Amino acid sequence: MTDVATTAIAVEAPARRKRRIPYAAIIGTLPMIIVSFSVFFVAIIFVVIWSFTNSGMFPGFNFVGLAQYTRLWSTSLWQVAVNNIWFFGVMSLCVNLVFGFLLAVFMDQNIKHESVFRTIFLYPFSMSLVVTGLAWQWILDPNLGLQESIRNLGWTDFALAPLVHRETAIYGLVVAGIWQGSGVTMAIMLAGLRGVDQEVWKAAKIDGIPTWRTYLFIVIPMMRGALGTVLLLQLTGIVRTFDLVYAMTSGGPGIATQMPAMYVISFITVRLNVGQGMAAATMLLLPIALILIIRAIVTTVQARRRGINA
Amino acid sequence: MMKFTLATIAVATLLGGTAVKATDLEVIHWWTSPGESRAVNEFAKAFDNDGAGDHWVDNAIALGETARAAVMQRVAGGNPPGAAQFNPGRQYEELIKNNQLLDLTDLATKEGWDKIIRPATISDPCHIDGKWWCVPVNIHSNNWAWVSPAAFKTAGLEVPKTWDEYIADLPKLKDAGIIGFAAGGDGGGWQLNLAFGVIQTQDLGQANRDKLLKDKDQSIALGDGMKKAFTDFRTLKQYTDEGLPNRNWNDSTALVIQGKAALQIMGDWARGEFGAAGKVPDKDYVCWALPADHPLVTTSGDVIVFPKQGNPDVEAAQLRLASLLLSPKVQANFNNAKGSMPVRDDVDMSLADPCMLKGLSIIKDPANIQIDSNRWLTPDTQSAFNDLISQFWTDDSMTVEEAQQKYADILAAAQ
Amino acid sequence: MTAEALDATGFAGPHGAKPKQLSWGRVGIYAFLVIAALFFLVPLYVMLVTSLKSMPEVREAHIFNLPREPTIQPWIDAMFNACTGRNCTGLSPGFWNSVKITVPSVIVSIIIASINGYALSFWKYKGAEFFFNLLVFGAFVPYQVVIYPIIIGMSKVHLFGTLPGIIIVHTIFGMPLLTILFRNFYSSLPIEIFKAARIDGAGFWQTFFKVMLPMSVPITVVAVILQVTGIWNDFLFGLVFAGTENIPMTLQLNNMVKTTQGTIQYDVNMAATMLTALVPLIIYFVSGKWFVRGIAAGAVKG
Repeated sequence: MTDVATTAIAVEAPARRKRRIPYAAIIGTLPMIIVSFSVFFVAIIFVVIWSFTNSGMFPGFNFVGLAQYTRLWSTSLWQVAVNNIWFFGVMSLCVNLVFGFLLAVFMDQNIKHESVFRTIFLYPFSMSLVVTGLAWQWILDPNLGLQESIRNLGWTDFALAPLVHRETAIYGLVVAGIWQGSGVTMAIMLAGLRGVDQEVWKAAKIDGIPTWRTYLFIVIPMMRGALGTVLLLQLTGIVRTFDLVYAMTSGGPGIATQMPAMYVISFITVRLNVGQGMAAATMLLLPIALILIIRAIVTTVQARRRGINA
Repeated sequence: MMKFTLATIAVATLLGGTAVKATDLEVIHWWTSPGESRAVNEFAKAFDNDGAGDHWVDNAIALGETARAAVMQRVAGGNPPGAAQFNPGRQYEELIKNNQLLDLTDLATKEGWDKIIRPATISDPCHIDGKWWCVPVNIHSNNWAWVSPAAFKTAGLEVPKTWDEYIADLPKLKDAGIIGFAAGGDGGGWQLNLAFGVIQTQDLGQANRDKLLKDKDQSIALGDGMKKAFTDFRTLKQYTDEGLPNRNWNDSTALVIQGKAALQIMGDWARGEFGAAGKVPDKDYVCWALPADHPLVTTSGDVIVFPKQGNPDVEAAQLRLASLLLSPKVQANFNNAKGSMPVRDDVDMSLADPCMLKGLSIIKDPANIQIDSNRWLTPDTQSAFNDLISQFWTDDSMTVEEAQQKYADILAAAQ
Repeated sequence: MTAEALDATGFAGPHGAKPKQLSWGRVGIYAFLVIAALFFLVPLYVMLVTSLKSMPEVREAHIFNLPREPTIQPWIDAMFNACTGRNCTGLSPGFWNSVKITVPSVIVSIIIASINGYALSFWKYKGAEFFFNLLVFGAFVPYQVVIYPIIIGMSKVHLFGTLPGIIIVHTIFGMPLLTILFRNFYSSLPIEIFKAARIDGAGFWQTFFKVMLPMSVPITVVAVILQVTGIWNDFLFGLVFAGTENIPMTLQLNNMVKTTQGTIQYDVNMAATMLTALVPLIIYFVSGKWFVRGIAAGAVKG
């Protein structure tokens, strides 16, 4: 009885599925359809459109051509912000990668209490960037923080108050960012290291290759996946840098630590110049566009190479 | 999600039902320092106890630009507060333009605001083309310096009599470990820009300063007066401390109160801090009206706007508050606590201290009134000046000439 | 990428390098790790000891010293008494607001994302991939870019500054990552399970609730950790969308710390900061390994 029933359905099902549109699936994914289309497509189109208008506090459609972009790139605030994001980005990325990788390598030496170390290295990541920013702001406070503390120990001309000087404030941000984020890099890299086949190590040892060279030239190229994940994580975080700076320096001293994301928020809230804010926002889309283009190129090249090989 | 929406509607209906008896009126302001909190309490008390049963719902947001941004977002998001603080000028121009503010003209005509508010320059930013869009609640002047005799005493100096004497004393103060010039760099650098504005008036003279900001005069921007202003400003910078970036204005004032710093240029709202700390004028602190050779009072201060609500109960509460803000008793209590001058003459100011009396005597001559820069500059331009001034302040590699050129460029682009 | 990272993050695997005896090299390794650990621990230590000191002791500026007379008063003040303007309620309203925002946001976003992932794995219809790709693209869009249009959109439907509004915003921005997560998870399940359910006559919803959901516990744990910490730690959306009645704890912390009444209360500020960090820290310490999986899986989110 049951046998017959199931067979009947089994025979029928494939044919039916081909003809039928799965309405339930469409209804189930309606939130996705609405969100992806309205937020990540329509909203972005509007952002770009408004960047060509002189919208003030409310959006309007009074087009002014490229005026907002001309102003954007001639404004020192934006220039400083762009320089900062490059500097901050490259610094954070390099230090984070190197430090995270070193931590992972050292963690991978059969050490005792590995889980204790891992817990310590990773806990800052559970904290918000606001908390991170405030904590580091106090530690680097010139009057009550590390500097004064060490001076009180007798080293009276000790100076370590990066946040209050224009030239050094951004290093303070980098340190706080590293503190919060390098544990993750370590965790992902460590996973990558452990994914490398033991045979590789044995082979390298037999060939007499020093450990550091094995890491640098054999193991790193083998953990591309982990590296890619870390890079992506870092890059997307860097472009939207906001909370940390907001809490730690508010863009100061002066305008020394302004960031593009802060520029956008400032223009749509305080300065009531939505047109200008949207021009800056459009610029923030460039890195993603770049990533997408690079990805497209890589995919085509790979496809072509495969074609040749075949 | 649907459920939550329904829940909100249900809650809203419930609240709406009770609103007939008591209306909650949310007020956004940035009166968060001790002196300011005492002052705003006077408003809240008066509104809560006026017999109508309405409630002042306090929403204090630290820092003017943050508070104003919150108001703007709330309006743009269709969820405006019942009332909000602004500085008189162009900050709320977009709200008027986009028909977002409650028209107060009927109430103002009934109560004769144009007769009781003096001088007329105070009501101008609210009274536009015959219509009233806001209520001025006080007159503040930016042009004040707050001096600590204790700081000078520590350095073995007499309290200087003139601005030039003060400048001459700065190196000695520094040697004695005293902060010569107290300032803070929070909120995009508004404190620095305020101090610069005072020095600018001192170096340019009132007439040229007005021409510069009102007519956006390029030759003045690039002229010698501005050069001197930037040069003087850079001199002051040499006598500040490391704690400056990110510091609030009232924390800077606290340095003067504690005798750690010699002088701060700050509007007369700083007086409220001295009052809240129990300090006595002319003994514990000295106030100088600036510019030193010819003191002027600026028309800065605060106004309250009432965003449209579309609810008659709330609207009635808004109008009641508007009227209350101007009543002589509330004006006296509020301004005494805050250190500002009342916007009407018939207020009992028997509690006024020497500093306020000084201000009140200056304001008697309308020629001594200086229009605040907010009247002529949009928030966009004002923020651009904040950026420039704080950049110039922190970046010694920016020359005076470069700064002047940038200043002129911002003016040229200003709308 | 996510699936890869997720699978590779089990820490059970053997070590890459060969073990050695105690040597100078070993000492160097431990020295490096201990110094690094100090760098990570110092801020927490400083905040903790400062939050247990009284203000006169804080002003002595010996940040590393243990408190002479430990007091938990700063913690009590931070939670219940500290002022922001006229409101002297401490962080407690912010705490409850964060709970009110986080709990529904986590539930709603995970329900939606799991259905998305399920549909994308087993019920691909024409166009589904297009929307999914848009969503993946959305994972990389800096939030600040689309905030303004969302403000306008929210005001059109009268949800701006309301609790449902902020919940929707969190759901929107959590969707790309969570959907990818669930899709990868369901795709890795053997297709036979799905086919068997279909043969038994189960439809879209039945298969989901009766077969898929019970199997989704591990990935759901990861998603919950990701969302709870992410939403609890959010600042930007709270700043813009929460409205004054629903100000989350991070935002209230920032307001409280940046408003000073007289002198800066460093002890209270530090206690407040620790309190705000407490929920994610507890989750981190309790869920340990799952947390590591979560962040590795959440790598794309940033």
